[in-house]
Amino acid sequence: MKHFISMRDIGKQEILELLALAEKIETGKIKPDLSPYLGALLFFEPSTRTHFSFDTAIKKLNGKSFSISGTGSTSVKKGETLADTLKTISQYADYIVMRHSIEGAARFASEILEIPVINAGDGTNQHPTQAMLDLYSIRKTQGTLENLHIALIGDLRLGRTVHSLVQALHEFNPTFYFAAPRHLKMPAYIIDELKEKNIPFYEVEDIKEILPKLDILYVTRIQKERFAVLEDYEKVKDAYIITAGLLENVKPNFKVLHPLPRVNEITTDVDKTPYAYYFQQAKNGVPVRQAIITKLLQLA
Amino acid sequence: MKKQLIVDPIKNGTVIDHIAAGKSFAVAEILNLKNLDNLLLIGMNLSSKKIGKKDIIKIENKILTEDEVNSIALISPDATLVVIENYEVIKKYKIKIPPKVHKHIVCPNSHCITNIEEVETEFDVMKKKKVEVRCKYCEKKYGIEQVKFKF
Ligand SMILES: [Zn+2]
Repeated sequence: MKHFISMRDIGKQEILELLALAEKIETGKIKPDLSPYLGALLFFEPSTRTHFSFDTAIKKLNGKSFSISGTGSTSVKKGETLADTLKTISQYADYIVMRHSIEGAARFASEILEIPVINAGDGTNQHPTQAMLDLYSIRKTQGTLENLHIALIGDLRLGRTVHSLVQALHEFNPTFYFAAPRHLKMPAYIIDELKEKNIPFYEVEDIKEILPKLDILYVTRIQKERFAVLEDYEKVKDAYIITAGLLENVKPNFKVLHPLPRVNEITTDVDKTPYAYYFQQAKNGVPVRQAIITKLLQLA
Repeated sequence: MKKQLIVDPIKNGTVIDHIAAGKSFAVAEILNLKNLDNLLLIGMNLSSKKIGKKDIIKIENKILTEDEVNSIALISPDATLVVIENYEVIKKYKIKIPPKVHKHIVCPNSHCITNIEEVETEFDVMKKKKVEVRCKYCEKKYGIEQVKFKF
């Protein structure tokens, strides 16, 4: 593995190896030494959470990094090509973590640079380190990734994290349930891939009926801005809100995940239930990102 | 008269036969025929034993490049290619859909890096009921009728 660009590049075996490595790092069985390495955190599109998570991951393994956030601080603004910006920065750094609003930007970077590139999000396309930390969270709470019943609700059309997650789970014999407002449904290409692979999935209207079957409920935010007409948003928004009251008949191993930030789609009374896992999920980003950096630098 | 023209032999050049009816315009665009001075014959909606109705294109003094043949295969997978030298058929074959297309498809996604930086496109080709292509960079998938070719 030279770069970490897309979940499409990574097979089941590599996923499991990376998760195992993350677990070893988290439990202190191994402690890779990042101190000789300088990472460039290039957030051309700012993202506080992902940025902090990478920064933490690096610092906790004694690594060093420098950052940019937004294009204001770079010569991109002066009309320099992205290629030139990246080639220049890569002269100083040992690896690059990159978020960019342009789709395919990270793949492009990996092709023109000699140093490892990690995709921290490219537009609506991929966010593979999020997918990995989601998988890590699922495995950690369920003990396995195999044969799970997983529901995804909210904005399933534009949320790239849900797309990557569904694709990443293809090889693990999952059963999926999708609940989304009419025009925020799972895109056709994701559905087509499931049909091709004979993976069972159900598009449901009412989340209540399926809750007792679930191992994982993955909630995403429905953004008001996605609706052309505000009344349409008002009509659907409450149908996709998870409250503690809803969770009475769930399985003991059941967990609620959310990529954060949340607004009101999970009420705060859920936080006190044993089913809330979204904050630990965010924390899991640290060992997962450490594992990816460690792997690319060939330290394990 | 039309039939006469179509069966008229050419001395040197290429015949693209069994083009799906109606697709000869798209093939002509790939080959940039409107800017070509060569002797050119385009027949449309001819009856064919094999495929019912077909289009056919004859171009004198032109040998197609592999990239051109591959692109034609995407929009008309059943086409056959006949290469003629000195009035004789020296090569005749059914074209094949390539697994990948480099450089000659423009990504329809305006947020794709290939439309912003200087980078050759690359598409994976998937053939199910119809031909679809997926951009290596933005990973978006398109029906072949949604993309533009660039030569
Ligand atoms: Zn593209």
